Amino acid sequence: MGGDTDIDPDLEDAEVAGLIAALRARYGHDFADYTTASLRRRLRNALSALGLEGFGQLQHRALREPELMRALLDLIAVRVTGLFRDPWVFAALRTAVLPVLATYPRIAIWVAGCATGEEVYSLAILLHEAGLLRRTRIYATDLSDAALDRAREGVYAAGAVRDATTAYLEAGGQASFADYYTAAYGRISLAPFLRRDVVFSDHSLATDSAFAEVHLVMCRNVLIYFQPRLQTRAVGVFLDSLVRRGFLCLGTRESLLRTGHVDAFEAFDGASRIYRRR
Amino acid sequence: MRAPATIVPPTWPAVIIGGSAGALPLLPGLLAALPVDLPAAVAVVLHVRASSDGSFARHLGERCPLPTRLAESGARFAPGVVHVAPPGYHLLVDEGPTLALSVDPPVAYVRPSIDVAFESAADVFRAALVAVVLSGANEDGRVGALRVARLGGRVLVQAPATAAAPTMPEAVLAAVPEARSIDPTELSAMIRQALARGARRGEQTG
Repeated sequence: MGGDTDIDPDLEDAEVAGLIAALRARYGHDFADYTTASLRRRLRNALSALGLEGFGQLQHRALREPELMRALLDLIAVRVTGLFRDPWVFAALRTAVLPVLATYPRIAIWVAGCATGEEVYSLAILLHEAGLLRRTRIYATDLSDAALDRAREGVYAAGAVRDATTAYLEAGGQASFADYYTAAYGRISLAPFLRRDVVFSDHSLATDSAFAEVHLVMCRNVLIYFQPRLQTRAVGVFLDSLVRRGFLCLGTRESLLRTGHVDAFEAFDGASRIYRRR
Repeated sequence: MRAPATIVPPTWPAVIIGGSAGALPLLPGLLAALPVDLPAAVAVVLHVRASSDGSFARHLGERCPLPTRLAESGARFAPGVVHVAPPGYHLLVDEGPTLALSVDPPVAYVRPSIDVAFESAADVFRAALVAVVLSGANEDGRVGALRVARLGGRVLVQAPATAAAPTMPEAVLAAVPEARSIDPTELSAMIRQALARGARRGEQTG
């Protein structure tokens, strides 16, 4: 095989392994246990997005330029999400989980892998309509500082409104989605009161530990990017964080089956992938 | 000097079938013609609306001797099951071999993307891969099929004249010199033949 990584997966494999090791040594970010195919694809796309020729050049510059590292992190670690994605899951949270949360004097929720924040704001709206927002703190964490900055702003493209409105209604929204944003210059700004008690912070499920006791963990479409060993680690951190009988909500195609913690939970709502800690 | 290491190739070949507009009616018959002991991993990637509930997967496998179901994240990609990409997720083939899902942005407006499935499968299966391109109104699959061919796999394309939407088959035939145009009635047999050859080729180069 020639030296062109374009058609030499083994050469690419070796370069990616080197890049991962270098990023870990330099910044402490650990991508070793991310699923290979997805990570490689994202890294290839990152090369084009950053205008770079190859992984060697990427590694050379990422180690030396924190700004490039920040951009790289945004490209390889963040999932794209939307308001009330999979509305039936939010409907299930509203009707089955929130009434249980309501029995606690103070509620804590962790959105792990919050990306640009849409899930956080969707939850906040649900909580507000259930009269629970005032006594809830939401911890919203992600690997990417750039994504966290955008999540804090709560500003999204106006093009998202139509789908968000439909999804909000399908999730059982009691008011009008328009009540929650103001529109200007082709963008919508979500109402500031929604993030009044939201703490945005960086956190890595590969290297960091539990930091708060919570009643609900939302971690949707993050585990699909992890190999089983890292999935087990992440769910272990969730277990450390959850109160007894607390809830864990995964993505609609995810399950605890490949983690070492499947017996620590019971299924609560299968279709919505909501589990309850035993 | 030692030769560079290669990833350990799977011990069986794979078939990835991709299609869009006009492909759905073809699939039950195509899958029904596969023998229950087909010694290959099989995946199907169709452009369906993200809001689709996925019940179409059961419909696809109605007459198929192999169980047909939506692909699960992390599932082993081995003979015995037909895995169907879930609506709204990219399907990738990973080392193992296992299947992986992704919610990365749509590629050319589609998710699942046939290109994503073909490219990842090519990296893992190399010459032991058959990529099948069916009817479709866009060019998804063209870039992926090229990679399949360059890594030694076979590309079979539904004859454009038989396709409800010939754009996708035509794009692949134009881009991939090694791709072969096949009449739908012969596709199952050609897949089995290509798999047998690919398995032998894989043994020779591995």
